[in-house]
Amino acid sequence: MARWWILLAILLALALIPVESPFRGVQIGSKKFTENVILGEMMMQLVRSTGVPARHQAQMGGSSLLFQALQTGTIDAYPDYTGTVRLELLSRHNLADDQAVRDHLANMGIVMSRPLGFHNGYALGMLEQRARELGIETISDLLAHPDLRLGLTNEFVSRSDGWPRLKQHYGLPHEVIALDHDIAYRQLEMGLIDVMDVYTTDAKIAALGLRILQDDRNYFPRYEAVMLIRSDLQRRYPAAYRGLLRLEGWIDPQQMIALNAQAEDSSLPEAVIAAQFLEKSLGIPMQVSQPSRWQRLGKYTVEHLQLVRLSLIPAILVGIPLGTLAFYRRRIGATILAAVGIIQTIPALALLVLLLPVMAAAGVTSNTLTAVVALFLYSLLPIVRGTYTGLADIDPEYSETAEALGMPPRTRLLRIELPLASRSMMAGIKTAAVMNIGFATLGALIGAGGYGVPVLTGIRRFDTAEILLGAVPAALLALACQLAFDALERAVVPRGLRLKPSS
Amino acid sequence: MILNDVWKSFGQRQVVQAIDLHLQRGKTYALIGPSGCGKTTLLKLMIGLTWPDRGTISLDGMTLNRENVRQWRMRFGYVIQQGGLFPHLTAWKNVTLMAEVLKRPPDKIRQRVAELAQLADMNEETLTRYPIQLSGGQRQRVSLMRALMLDPEFLLFDEPLSALDPMIRAELRQQLKHMFATLHKTVVWVTHDLYEARYFADEVILIHGGRVEQRGSPEELIRNPATPFAQEFVSAQLSLVEKA
Repeated sequence: MARWWILLAILLALALIPVESPFRGVQIGSKKFTENVILGEMMMQLVRSTGVPARHQAQMGGSSLLFQALQTGTIDAYPDYTGTVRLELLSRHNLADDQAVRDHLANMGIVMSRPLGFHNGYALGMLEQRARELGIETISDLLAHPDLRLGLTNEFVSRSDGWPRLKQHYGLPHEVIALDHDIAYRQLEMGLIDVMDVYTTDAKIAALGLRILQDDRNYFPRYEAVMLIRSDLQRRYPAAYRGLLRLEGWIDPQQMIALNAQAEDSSLPEAVIAAQFLEKSLGIPMQVSQPSRWQRLGKYTVEHLQLVRLSLIPAILVGIPLGTLAFYRRRIGATILAAVGIIQTIPALALLVLLLPVMAAAGVTSNTLTAVVALFLYSLLPIVRGTYTGLADIDPEYSETAEALGMPPRTRLLRIELPLASRSMMAGIKTAAVMNIGFATLGALIGAGGYGVPVLTGIRRFDTAEILLGAVPAALLALACQLAFDALERAVVPRGLRLKPSS
Repeated sequence: MILNDVWKSFGQRQVVQAIDLHLQRGKTYALIGPSGCGKTTLLKLMIGLTWPDRGTISLDGMTLNRENVRQWRMRFGYVIQQGGLFPHLTAWKNVTLMAEVLKRPPDKIRQRVAELAQLADMNEETLTRYPIQLSGGQRQRVSLMRALMLDPEFLLFDEPLSALDPMIRAELRQQLKHMFATLHKTVVWVTHDLYEARYFADEVILIHGGRVEQRGSPEELIRNPATPFAQEFVSAQLSLVEKA
């Protein structure tokens, strides 16, 4: 009995070690492709140069996620493109031009900066040699080759200014494969796909020698790079706001392509590339500390463990009583089991995105907390199920004997039934822990840090070593966790349940 | 203990019908009958593990109900076929758990366990083992110790010997008989074995189809079966007994 209380105390202590205090300052976000990350880095450094603390949550996700984060105040500013804002984010308002967009955003409490100086539009690209073989120069030429394999970015496939209208505009008959932008480049290089969507400032265009297909029927709109900034920043950090605007009109297309190329060819982090640019062109001296691989690993580990600890322990403390309740109150029980089951069927990424506005409505702007809530919800099912199944599988002989002995219900639960269910409960907790460690890598998508950060960066930059920097420790952590729980099982599951029958 | 017009059904099946029984203090009764005749259900009704659809069960003027059931159960010791020992607790813990829950003083508990170990012919060292490490016979002895721990007035047995091998069964049977003689408890012994019933019981109650078919001393039942069913049951069993 005593050991249960000790365990409970340890769990509570672990859950209650304070989290770092909430960040005060300006939060910059960026989308998950290199150019946007570089721009986000520049914005962050500009804010810092004004003396205001700033943080950059790099590679958070696609446009809609960033835009939502901006509206909810999770971030204060991020770089986007006029075409995207008008035709994707605000498409249902049918805004005629950028001025209309600017006015509309102003009503939403968002300032759209003046263009940064370059256009980064969508285009379709092919390997030069393949295009020459087939004699394709324009998008219309694709009509003669309906068998070509089109591999398009997930976002492009679903955006209203993307594939659906392009297909309609040109009458293209092709089936498309939707995939990640950086992976599409890989597949194009390997000949697995023939045509892909590119951003016109992508460094890969030059690196792979791509032919950009002419938009002969003028489908693609202009995508001027701009900054979207929360209007309230003018009030909260006026200096930072003015600092950001210094970037307006300052980057020309050639510079941007060069910066993108630099990021992909060298192993220089975006922070350094951004700093060098700011120093050279704006004369702002920047000091970017470049943490070593080990330092970064340490930081990711701390962040990852933070996510796991803050979600798993409450899930244990809530899941076991919930599973017990589900068993003893059959009617509520069916609802509880169905609810935790349904949560589990929501794709992890969708759950994260769905939670953003909910958390914002609750006044939470910490990404870590949002990720923690998602992970908590995910961890519930195995624990609730494990507890429920453990109790349901107890031979009725034991419950009946306990009853016949005249044992009070509380004693029966604590001394007989929960110990008998402990093995199944532990199995549920172990499953939850291992799953949790895996899912926590997704936290990087909303800026909660952890081992997911190097994985995302590595995918974006074709850097296998970087991917492994996140993937290997995550796997090792899961393994260590498994071993730790095996040991814990010996402490929790009573000895009498672990013995083999004597002959 | 008085059972007055007790009825019990599970779904469509009427398991216990119109049972009237009057059990006297200090006597040993055998509830006997074929499998599924309702004798186990009758035993469970007696300690409130299941509730009658109709009729009452009372003891010294107190009628069993949901309020007094826990208090009621303390007056009974209950031993089932496989012993029902909790696998996660040592034999010792199994025996003493309830006394501990009731906050009996530890030295009293130790003293009582020593008494019971002697009575049940159990080595105290064996009590430190877990049920899975005990033989079938040892488990039943521990189960018996547990039933006797709080010194109940009644002992209810649900075929406690039927899972044991014949040698152990014979030995334990003998010890139990001796024990009943010294303890002067009221014993209700459920069995389908007429030989066992005759061995222990002052009075045999033959159950058939949820009703009392015949009651009386074992010899009476064997010599004068009152109904065709009793006749059939007795003769089927006697052929076995003679072989034994």
